Amino acid sequence: MQSRGSTKWHYLGSQILGCLCCTAAAFADPAPPLSPTNIFAPASTPAKSIFGLSLFVLAVTGAIFLIVFTLLLYSVVKFRKRKSDDGREPPQVYGSNQVELAWTIIPILIVVALFMATARVIASVQKQARLDNAIEVVAIGHQFWWEYRYPGLGVVTANELHVPVSDDHHPTPTFIKLLSADTDHSFWVPRLAGKTDLIPNHPNSMWIDPHEAGVYLGQCAQYCGTQHAKMLLRVYVQPRADFDRWIQEQRQPATASSAASQGQRIFETTACINCHTVEGTVANGHFGPDLTHLMSRETIAAGAAKNTPENLRQWILNPNAIKPGSLMPAMQLSDQDLDALTDYLGTLR
Amino acid sequence: MSTESIAWPSTTAESRPFIDQLHEWVTTVDHKRLGILYIVYALVFLVIGGIEATVIRIQLIRPHNDFVSPQVFNRLFTMHGTTMIFFVIMPVLFGFANYLIPLMIGARDMAFPRLNAFSFWMTCFGGLLLYFSLVGANGLYGAGNAPDVGWFAYAPLTSRTFSVGHSTDFWTLALLVSGFGSIGTAINIIATVLCMRCPGMMLAKMPLFAWLNLIMAGLVILAVSPLTAAQIMLLVDRYLGGHFFDTQAGGSAVIWMHFFWVFGHPEVYILILPAFAFVSEIVPVFSRKPIFGYSVMVGATVAIGFISMSVWAHHMFTVGMSFAANTFFVISTMAIAVPTGIKIFNWLATMWGGKIEFRTPMLFCIAFLFQFLIAGLTGIMQGAAPFDWHLGSSYFVVAHFHYVIVGGILFALFGAFYYWFPKMSGKMSSETLGKLHFWLFIIGFHLTFDFMHIPGLLGMPRRIYTYEPGRGWDTWNLIVTIGVFFQAAGILVFLGNLIWSYFRGEAAGSDPWDAWTLEWSTNSPPPAYNFYSIPSVRSRRPLWDLKHPDDPDWKYE
Amino acid sequence: MSTTSMPLAPAEIEWNLPRRGRVGMYSLIAAEAAIFTIFVVAYLFYIGKSLSGPMPRDVLSPPVFYTVCLLSSSLAIHFAGKSLRGGNVRTFGAWWLLTIILGAIFLYGTASEWHRLIDEDGLTISTNLFGTTYYSLVGLHGFHVVMGLLGLTTVMLFTFFGAVRQEHGERIEVLALYWHFVDAVWVVVFTVVYVIGR
Repeated sequence: MQSRGSTKWHYLGSQILGCLCCTAAAFADPAPPLSPTNIFAPASTPAKSIFGLSLFVLAVTGAIFLIVFTLLLYSVVKFRKRKSDDGREPPQVYGSNQVELAWTIIPILIVVALFMATARVIASVQKQARLDNAIEVVAIGHQFWWEYRYPGLGVVTANELHVPVSDDHHPTPTFIKLLSADTDHSFWVPRLAGKTDLIPNHPNSMWIDPHEAGVYLGQCAQYCGTQHAKMLLRVYVQPRADFDRWIQEQRQPATASSAASQGQRIFETTACINCHTVEGTVANGHFGPDLTHLMSRETIAAGAAKNTPENLRQWILNPNAIKPGSLMPAMQLSDQDLDALTDYLGTLR
Repeated sequence: MSTESIAWPSTTAESRPFIDQLHEWVTTVDHKRLGILYIVYALVFLVIGGIEATVIRIQLIRPHNDFVSPQVFNRLFTMHGTTMIFFVIMPVLFGFANYLIPLMIGARDMAFPRLNAFSFWMTCFGGLLLYFSLVGANGLYGAGNAPDVGWFAYAPLTSRTFSVGHSTDFWTLALLVSGFGSIGTAINIIATVLCMRCPGMMLAKMPLFAWLNLIMAGLVILAVSPLTAAQIMLLVDRYLGGHFFDTQAGGSAVIWMHFFWVFGHPEVYILILPAFAFVSEIVPVFSRKPIFGYSVMVGATVAIGFISMSVWAHHMFTVGMSFAANTFFVISTMAIAVPTGIKIFNWLATMWGGKIEFRTPMLFCIAFLFQFLIAGLTGIMQGAAPFDWHLGSSYFVVAHFHYVIVGGILFALFGAFYYWFPKMSGKMSSETLGKLHFWLFIIGFHLTFDFMHIPGLLGMPRRIYTYEPGRGWDTWNLIVTIGVFFQAAGILVFLGNLIWSYFRGEAAGSDPWDAWTLEWSTNSPPPAYNFYSIPSVRSRRPLWDLKHPDDPDWKYE
Repeated sequence: MSTTSMPLAPAEIEWNLPRRGRVGMYSLIAAEAAIFTIFVVAYLFYIGKSLSGPMPRDVLSPPVFYTVCLLSSSLAIHFAGKSLRGGNVRTFGAWWLLTIILGAIFLYGTASEWHRLIDEDGLTISTNLFGTTYYSLVGLHGFHVVMGLLGLTTVMLFTFFGAVRQEHGERIEVLALYWHFVDAVWVVVFTVVYVIGR
C-alpha cells in the first residue's frame, strides 16, 4: 500500500494536471466558443504549431511557478517571527556554492529544452515551402483598411479576404504577401496564424491553410493611427467550389445599370473617382478600397459597420460618425444626390 | 564668503523667509535635497500618469464606449507610457540612488554635485516640455496637441506625413533633454561608486544597492545614448528633409525599431535593477539574516547587464526577421532568465531560516517576489517567438510589462519609501496606513493585471480605443477597470501617509529598523555633511560588526 | 548619535581609488561612443541603398591633409600635457595653441568639403540616403570637434591670464582625453565614409 505521503502527492499532481488541462480546454473551443479570436482554438496549421508549443511552454512555466510559489509561501509562513521569540538573531548564513550551482544548472537545462522546442516551430512556420497550387494573395495595409489582390487570378478587393478550405490530404494553402501603402500595420487572425507585420518598404509573407469553412475574425495589431482600432479583419474560408465561384464573380467588371445612372453620374463627377476604382468605368482611384463588388461584402469601413443601405448612406454623408479620424472626407452631398449615389452603389454586386 | 556655508537649516528654520528656503532648494547641489526633488517630482507625475490610465480604463470598460474620442485616447496612452517611464520611474529611482549611495558608501556627496543638479533640472524640464505640448499651439488636428504616436513612436507614423504639426516633436525633444539628464546622473553614479567609497569598502564589501545602481548606470550610458541618436535622426527627418526612416526614399522603418529597442530593452533593466537593489537591502533586514550569496548576486547582475544588451529584437518577432535572427533572440531572451531566476532564489534563501517581521516595507517586498516571479514567467512565454506571434502587441504584453513595472518595480519602490522614509524625514510613517495602502493596492493590482492577460489570449490587440462586442473581451475589461479604483485608493492612502507622518509621525532615531548599512549610523535626517567623520569599514555590514563585536561579519566573509 | 566608532582607523588602510575626473570622462566617452555607433550603423546599413542622386564614389575624395591635421593635434595635446606636468607652462601654452589651430584647420576642411558638395555636386542632407547619413555622421563628429575646441579655447584663455599651473595637470589630461576621443571617432568615420562606403 502506498504511504499516505505519496498518495497525497499523486492526488496533488493529478489536480494540477487537471487544472492545466481544464484551463487549456476552456480556452480551446468548447461550444459555444469563448471567443472567435481565441488563440487556443487553432484552425490552421501555423496556429496549430503555435498552440502545441504554447502548451509545452505553459506546462514548463506552470511547473516552475508552482514550485517556486510553494517555496516562497512556505518560507514566509514557516520562518516568520513568532510572538514567543527570544530576541536573538537567527543563524547568519552567507551562501552555499552547491545550492547556487544547482539552481544555475537546472534553469540552464530548462532554457535549452524550451529553446529547442521553439526553434523547431519557428522553422516549421517560416520555412514552409510554397506549394504549386497555393493561392497567392497580396495584402496591402492602408490607414485604415485592407487591400487584397490575387495576382494569379486577376482579382482586386478590399477588407474581406476569401480563401479556400485546405484539406490535409490535398492541401491548398494561401500564401499572403504583406505590404503597406503608408505606415506599419499587422495582420492578426488568431485562429489562423500568429500575427505578421505589414511594413512599408519591407515585404513580409505568411501562410494559412484553414481546415474548416467559416468566417474568421481578427484586426490590425500594430498601432497605425487614429482608427487603428477599427481596422478589422474578416477571412471567409470557403469550400473550393464556392471560392472559385466567388473569384469568377469578382473578376467581372461592374455591370452598368440604367436605373442607377444618376447615381453613377454623381459618383463619376464628384471626387469619388479620385480615390476609388469601379472596374469597367472611368473610376480608377487607388487611395481607397476598390468598390466594383461592394455589395458582395458583409461589412463596410473595414468591418466598422454592417453593409446596409442606411449605413452606406451614413458613411458617405459623414464617415466620422462611424469611424472618426477615417481618411475619407465627408462628401457634402444633398439628400437627393446621396440617395441616388447609395442606389448606384447598391448595384455594385 | 558667507558663514551660511556651515550654518545648517535647523528646526528654527520657520523663521527664515519662504523665498530664501525656495532659493536654497532651487540652487541646491546637495545629493539629499536633489534626491528629494527627484522623488517629489516623480510623485506628481505618478498622479498625472495614473489619471491618464484611469481615463483609458474608463473608456475601455465596455465595447463601443464613447467616454473619450479616438484622438484623445491615442494621446492618453502615449502620454501615460512616456510619463510613467521617463518622468516617474526613472526620476524616482535616480532620486533614491542620489540620496542613498553617498550615505551607504560613507561619502559626503556625489562625485559631481553640480552635474547632479544639472541632471535633475534637465529631467524636470523634459517633463514640463512634454506636457507643454498640450498647450503648444491650436488649430489643425495634431498641430499642437499631446503626442499620439505611442511611447515607442514607430516610423513612419512619426514622419511629417503622418504626424502633422508638432506633437511628435515635443515627444522627441522632451526625451532628448531628459536623456541628457539621465546620462549625467549615470556618469555621477559611476564616478561616485568607483571613486568615493570610504576606507576599507572595497567593491566586494559595498552594499548590493551600490552595485546594482552602478550596473544600472552603466546600462544608462550604453542604452540611453542610442535613443538620443535615434531621436536626432528623427529630428533630421522631420526638419531637415532627411530620409533615415523615410520608406519612400528607400529608408527603413525597421531600423527605427532596432535603434529604439536597443535602448528600450536595456531601459527596462535600468528600471528593474534599482528595484532589485531595494529588495536586496530590505529583505535581509526584515529576515534578520545577511543576503544569501552576495557574490553570486553581483555576478548575476553583471550577467543580466551584459545579456540585456543582446535581447532587444524580441520586441520585433512579428516584424519578419530571418530564422537566424529570430532564433538568436529567442536564446538570448531565455538566457537572461537564468541569472534573474538565480536572484529570486537568493532572496528566497535569505528569508529561509530567518525570523521574518511583516512590517510594511517587508510586505511590499514579499509581494514583489511573488509578482516578479509571475512577470518573469510570462516574459519567458513571450520569449518563445512563435507564441509571441500571438502574444506580442496584444493585451498579454500590456499585462506582462505592467506586472513587472507595477507588480515588481512599484511594489519594491513602496517598500523603499516605507523603509527609508524615517531616514529622510526623521519620522516614522504610520504602520496602519501603510498596511491599508498595501492591501488596497494589492487587491487592485491583481484585479487589474491578472485578468488583463485574458483578453490578450483571446485576441485583443493593444492601443485600441474601443473594441467589438462578441469577442469575449467585455467582462475581463470590466474587471480590469474596477481594479484601477482600488489602486487609486491605495495611492491616496500612501500619499496621505507620507504627508501626515512627515508632520505627525513619531521620531525615528538614526536606526529604527536595527539595520546594518552605513546610512543607519548617522542622524535622521542626516546632516548636510552626512557623517561627523568619514567611517572606515571591514565587512559588508559595518553596523552588524559594531552591534556584534564578538561575532563580526568580517570573520566569515 | 552620529559618530561611528569603526574598528580600523583610516590611517592604517592603504586606500587609493581612481580619480573621479577620469572616471567621469571615460563614462562620458562611453556614452558618446554609443551615440556614434548608432550613426555608424545607420551609415553602413544604408550604403548602396540610395534610390537616386550623387553616389559616394562620384563626389567623395578622402580629406587626407585635414585628417593628418586632426590626428596631429592629438599628438600636440599629448605634448602639451607632458609639458604641464613637467611644470613648463609656456611650452604647454604653445602646444595647446597648436592643438587648437590644427583642430580649426580640420573644421575648415570639413566646411570647404561641404561647400563643394552642396554647391557643385548638389548633395544635401535631403538629397538621398547617402546625403542624410553622410551629413549626419560627419556633422555629428564636427559638432563634437566644435565642443572640444570651445573647451580648449577656454583653457587657452585661462592660460593667457596665468590661471593654469602645474597642479592642473590632471584636469588638463581629462580634457585631453575628450580630444583624443574626438580624434579616434574621426578614424572610424573616415574609414566608414571614405574607405568602406565608397
